[in-house]
Amino acid sequence: MIKLTKTLPVLALGIALSSSAAHADVTVALAGPMTGGLAAFGEQFKAGFNMAVEEINAAGGVNGQKIATVVGDDQCDPKQAVAVANDNVSKKVAVVIGHFCSGSSIPASKVYAEEGTIMISPSSTNVKLTDERAGPSIFRVIGRDDVQGKIAGAFIAAKYKGKNVAVLDDKSAYAAGLAVETVKALNANGLKPVIVDAITPGEKDYTAIVSKLKSLKVDVLYYSGYHPESGLLVKQMAEQGMKAQFISGDALGDNEFAQIAGAASDGAIFTNPPDHCLNPANKDICAKFVAKGTPVATYTLYAYVAVKTWAEAAKKAGSFDSKKVVAAMNETSLETPVGKIKFDNKGDVLDPKYAWHAFKGGKYAQDDSIK
Amino acid sequence: MDYLAQQLINGLTLGSIYGLIAIGYTMVYGIIGMINFAHGDVFMVGAFVSLICILIFGITGSTDIVIGIGLLMIVAVIAMAISGVYGWTIERLAYRPLRGSFRLAPLITAIGVSIFLQNFVQETQGARVKPLQALFAGGFTLHEGTEFTVRITYMQILIVVLTIVLMTGFSLLISRTSLGRAQRACEQDLKMTQLLGIDVDRTISMTFVIGAMLAAVAGLMYLLYYGVIDFFIGFSAGVKAFTAAVLGGIGSLPGAMIGGVLIGLIEVLFAAYFSSEYKDVAAFSMLIIVLIFMPQGLLGRPEIEKV
Repeated sequence: MIKLTKTLPVLALGIALSSSAAHADVTVALAGPMTGGLAAFGEQFKAGFNMAVEEINAAGGVNGQKIATVVGDDQCDPKQAVAVANDNVSKKVAVVIGHFCSGSSIPASKVYAEEGTIMISPSSTNVKLTDERAGPSIFRVIGRDDVQGKIAGAFIAAKYKGKNVAVLDDKSAYAAGLAVETVKALNANGLKPVIVDAITPGEKDYTAIVSKLKSLKVDVLYYSGYHPESGLLVKQMAEQGMKAQFISGDALGDNEFAQIAGAASDGAIFTNPPDHCLNPANKDICAKFVAKGTPVATYTLYAYVAVKTWAEAAKKAGSFDSKKVVAAMNETSLETPVGKIKFDNKGDVLDPKYAWHAFKGGKYAQDDSIK
Repeated sequence: MDYLAQQLINGLTLGSIYGLIAIGYTMVYGIIGMINFAHGDVFMVGAFVSLICILIFGITGSTDIVIGIGLLMIVAVIAMAISGVYGWTIERLAYRPLRGSFRLAPLITAIGVSIFLQNFVQETQGARVKPLQALFAGGFTLHEGTEFTVRITYMQILIVVLTIVLMTGFSLLISRTSLGRAQRACEQDLKMTQLLGIDVDRTISMTFVIGAMLAAVAGLMYLLYYGVIDFFIGFSAGVKAFTAAVLGGIGSLPGAMIGGVLIGLIEVLFAAYFSSEYKDVAAFSMLIIVLIFMPQGLLGRPEIEKV
């Protein structure tokens, strides 16, 4: 009996090993927060990534090889991200789709650049990722914080001229970067925030800062950070009877925000990449995601497009050699569901679009009436 | 002035929650001289049990207020019972076998239990944050100033009142009951207490059970007040509560409460008048300063070398 229980797992392991070694697959990695407070975004990543891989495999794979996948969980923790990156490099993956948080992507990109591994982030917007690009194999298919911050800053300065504006962030690479860009844009448009401060993410009690905002008679709170803290801030503002307009960036793009904030979430607005499902050309692909039970959310299509962009470049290069694929990526000019993907010499996508979104009845949607 | 009043209310509420958790640290330390690092995670388990019960009972903000409160009391009892079982089991499995061994051994198992509980809840309940719609929304406007309106929510009142009630009840338990007498005896001299025929094992087990029950109440309050929990809240709240226990003088019950309220007030007032970014720096600097001048904490007794 003892012998049997010992041999069974070994047998199972043997079968698992041999089945994965049977094909000469090309391995593609996904990296992002699969667990932790931001796991909601990891799920968006997974949905888009898996769909793209399935489609490519159904069409016969890339260069005659099927795609095998590995998923790395960095929990948006920079240390964890480096561990995931080292793991991906040691597995010799052809491309990494990720990471999610800028705070993870930036340190991880250094590991990938060293080995020449291609990394395409579908979501990291901090300017440093490409301004201080670790190497030529680092790309992103999303816009940048300076673009987003400019839009938010110009909007607030125009619409809330002479009002009291507060800017808070959560000290993460993404949030601090976006807050700096927004404050820059506010100042450039002649509006000086009454307070610029930061909160500690992961905490639950923000009553002190909320009371402070209240005493400063803040009319508009621009918060740069992720949705769990946003939800608590909005909820605690309502509890203290504050009616300031809440404005945030693309990290608010999950309906979990409304579950945390409750009824107070109505009216919160944020800059986000446009809702590409409003584009009639994307009707089929969006319906496909709905049929899978994972309706398109902000980053679903970006993860999808990141895989497709790499596959296209690998096809053009006719190889998985990272130098050749990088060369092909630099030449990419691809029509995708998120618009045209064409990289500049820093690995940024040209002409990224942002649109205002608003929460209503617990859900967010693009709202073009906000101008 | 109004602004200060509002911030004091905020700080007092936060401090009460820290204090409730801090009691668990201080009590165990007082009796067996070990830091139960898993205590914060028992608090987290209590919050999760409460959330599950609230969802099962279907309590929402629109439930009739009397029925709602009745059901919440049942929720509290269930959460306390289950957390109590956790407390008892942890002591029995992880600490008792190591009681005679060198001092660091139970400390290491405590950290192990803490990691185990976090991962256990993460695996079984998922890693995403769990929101709960507000059950007692609303509150009173205390003072309608021209510059600032002071508000206190129902939950803030409930938390402070409940903390005072539990603290009083607990102090009475320690000073008036036979269990309390046994606990105080264990605190003074474990071996002598045993020689006098008191079941030391049982007393220590009960200490863990009571500590876990208090943590469960704190977990329920935390859930109702903030409306969001995740598997990691035990760590972040636990660190602050532990700090509160040390600041107040570890081993001292009123010390834990005073330490909790002090940490809460320092954090909130620093955020109110200086910067929210560095409020933790302020809280921990205060801890260091107090420990330099009063190594036993505010109300702790210096350790007497027993010969």
